[in-house]
Amino acid sequence: MAESRSIKQRTPLRIRVEPRLSEPPAWFPAVVSFSAILVALILGGILISFAGGDPIRSYIHIAKASFGDIGVISDTIVKATPIILAALACSVAFRMKLWNIGAEGQFIMGAFGASAIVLAPVLPAETPPWIFIPVMMLAGMAAGALWGFIPGYLKAKFNVNEIISTLMLNYVAVAWVNFWIFGVWTEGGFQMSPKFPVAANLPRLTDFAKIFPIFRGLTTHLGLVIGIVAAIILWFIIFRSRWGYEIRLIGDNPQAARYAGINITKNVIWVMMLSGALAGLGGMSEVTGVVHRLQTAPLAAGYGFTGIIVAWLAKLNPLVIIVASVLFGALILAGREIQPSGVPKMIQGIILVCLIASDFLLRYRIVIERGEE
Amino acid sequence: MTEQISSTEQKLIVEMRGIVKRFPGVLANDHVDFKLLHGEIHGLLGENGAGKSTLMNVLAGLYRQEAGTILVNGAPKIFSSPRDAINAGIGMVHQHFMLVPSQTVTENVLLGLDEPRFIMNLPEYDSKIAALGEEFGLKVDPRAKVWQLSVGEQQRVEILKMLYRGVDVLIMDEPTAVLAPQEIEGLFDTLRAMIAQGKSVIFISHKLQEVSAIADRVSVLRKGVATASGVASKGVSRQELARLMVGRDIIFALDKKHCQPGDVVLDVRDIYAENDKGLPALRGLSLNVRAGEIVGVAGVAGNGQSELSQVISGMRQCKQGQVLLGGDTVSNHSTLFGIQHGMAYVPEDRNHVGSAPNLSITDNIIMKKYRKSPILKNGLLDMKAATKLANELKQAYDIIVPNVSTRVRLLSGGNLQRVILAREISGLPSFMVAVQPTRGLDVGAIEGVHRLLLTQREAGAAVLLVSEELEELLSLCDRVYVIYEGKIMGEIMIKGEGQDEALVDTIGQMMTGTPLDQIQKEGVVANG
Repeated sequence: MAESRSIKQRTPLRIRVEPRLSEPPAWFPAVVSFSAILVALILGGILISFAGGDPIRSYIHIAKASFGDIGVISDTIVKATPIILAALACSVAFRMKLWNIGAEGQFIMGAFGASAIVLAPVLPAETPPWIFIPVMMLAGMAAGALWGFIPGYLKAKFNVNEIISTLMLNYVAVAWVNFWIFGVWTEGGFQMSPKFPVAANLPRLTDFAKIFPIFRGLTTHLGLVIGIVAAIILWFIIFRSRWGYEIRLIGDNPQAARYAGINITKNVIWVMMLSGALAGLGGMSEVTGVVHRLQTAPLAAGYGFTGIIVAWLAKLNPLVIIVASVLFGALILAGREIQPSGVPKMIQGIILVCLIASDFLLRYRIVIERGEE
Repeated sequence: MTEQISSTEQKLIVEMRGIVKRFPGVLANDHVDFKLLHGEIHGLLGENGAGKSTLMNVLAGLYRQEAGTILVNGAPKIFSSPRDAINAGIGMVHQHFMLVPSQTVTENVLLGLDEPRFIMNLPEYDSKIAALGEEFGLKVDPRAKVWQLSVGEQQRVEILKMLYRGVDVLIMDEPTAVLAPQEIEGLFDTLRAMIAQGKSVIFISHKLQEVSAIADRVSVLRKGVATASGVASKGVSRQELARLMVGRDIIFALDKKHCQPGDVVLDVRDIYAENDKGLPALRGLSLNVRAGEIVGVAGVAGNGQSELSQVISGMRQCKQGQVLLGGDTVSNHSTLFGIQHGMAYVPEDRNHVGSAPNLSITDNIIMKKYRKSPILKNGLLDMKAATKLANELKQAYDIIVPNVSTRVRLLSGGNLQRVILAREISGLPSFMVAVQPTRGLDVGAIEGVHRLLLTQREAGAAVLLVSEELEELLSLCDRVYVIYEGKIMGEIMIKGEGQDEALVDTIGQMMTGTPLDQIQKEGVVANG
């Protein structure tokens, strides 16, 4: 008895965690996410000052470098575009609890598929853009879908762990593209293909500078529209279509899905293909909107992995992904301004950890009580 | 605080007073008292979900009780982890083993201990553990890797783990569920050897035969309340224990109208099926249900009831035999096939099978209707129509929630069950199989579920009701089959009001494995 009293004296307040028995108010998740980002920025700031920097100035610099004027805003959006599509790809797979870590490889394969239309060539260089672009989109999606089908089929038929297979296929994709640009499609021995004809490039704002002078120098390209349209369509698929309902049901409770008569095996394959197609579309958009030639380094820049983070950040909601991608586009862009690697990556990481940890507050509540019961 | 020495000659080793433990929507332990004497095997009986494991998890330090105290050797103890409980001499062997498959027996036993500190001198510990095993009749090779061991041997490793930690009280949670009959005898020998060494054992089970075979005293839990505590197992019959387990308290004046049964709707013909562990669960089982009648399946849990409902609904494959629904074979098809043939299914596990916890009530309501108009319109889900349907059903079935966009994991057991029943019944099924539809519900909710089942009967549907509540079956059903180890022991017609004791006794005997024809034969002999 004496023993237990002394423990209570030492801890007059007790903190207890208990599961929430009722739904928190609608505004609560938004506030928690926002606070998590704030906490992450504060933690990041502490680390910046440890590294000898001034956190406030660093953050102001980041803000200026990414949203300071219309030019950098456009650059931010260019960075955000591939992330939107990669994150949409991840989100649809994650919603079904399929851990597709291979958006990176599917993205690269999408770029390859689109490039093949020009380089094989499937269509001659004189083809008008209104044929070129849709055909390249389809080719990019098909190549990405194929790269999603392989792990999807293996998972569905042989229960092969999709985390490993998708991760490994990333390396295969890079090696595959390298083979083509080192050998078959090389530009005079350099590790890149020749430049695409202008008709095969996605139109950019600056291309309309003659009509709207304000667009001069802005590199935002049609890929943004593709990304936003894809996000809206995906939102409809997930929340309004019969298929999306099945995806949500399987993701939440596969047993209940089986009970409702849903074929899970078939859905695993289809969802992996949709995921791959979205990532492939991202690759197509990047290669035809920014790079304008097939080249590994600027394509395998980790968009597929950033997509994983953004998908979680947006809680897998396709429309929120657009906003979150712009945030990450800004971080990537500003990161280059401050430091080639290091701090900005670190802040990304801290934000993700804080956001995932904050999810805890949505499911549990913290009770502080006096020592005596 | 003065501790009275109990009047019995044996010393009290563990005492639990007024233990309360709540889970979302369930009161798992409601002021339960429990006393364990030194050197006894204490059987803890109860149905699935009665709160046995919860109570023992509290004693083993896994759960923290909301109210009540635990005394070990008369001193109050607060356990905040299993380590605390082990330090107080209490250890538990769980139903699902907690072993590392790739490590040896010795490594598993030593796992988590402070010794050996740095250098693993395993041969020395191998011989120590072998000697300990010898002492209690637990034969297992200390150098074998756990994945190479049979389930029975793995259980011995779990027991060794606890003995090595020097526990005086060993809690065994449903230890026989995973064992073959000859292994059960071996386990009982070990338990007796432990008693001879001055240890005490708590034996959790829902199998009457085993408890009366091994236990000195028995406590019974029912719906979180102790219905018997510490009765000597010699002085109580199995029938009496069964009654304490399943209870006799729900007697509603159910308005059961006379119904003339129609054609056979469900015809189960001689099916064989295995359980998840690959052991035979159904062994040549046949039954049928006609339109406009409720047919019950009575039996102690784990005799194949779950597998039966899964085979009927298409969630489990059967090895042999077939299930016909309205003349079509539904067994070994997809679950969708059954749904399209008018089958409704209220599964045993409403949280893990019957619902998607993080989706809204609306999403859960349309689970079997989203493939058709009016929910499906031009290839898209009409969420307005879905919400309208959900609101109508919320009204009609008394689902008490602020709105239908609430996620179902926040609902109480009774409300969730009403959501599931609303979904299943609103599909206007020709046949419905309901498994334990009232388990864990409060009295009012139970009555609601019963009324819904009777309405189905009056609407001309065929209903198969699987339940462990004998009283429920007797008050709802037109006929009752009794299941034992995957076989039907017999079929009993329920005549209506005034159930006599003899009928209950007959069913009780069938539930413990005596076929009906044998009982009748003996009856004739006795009468003659």
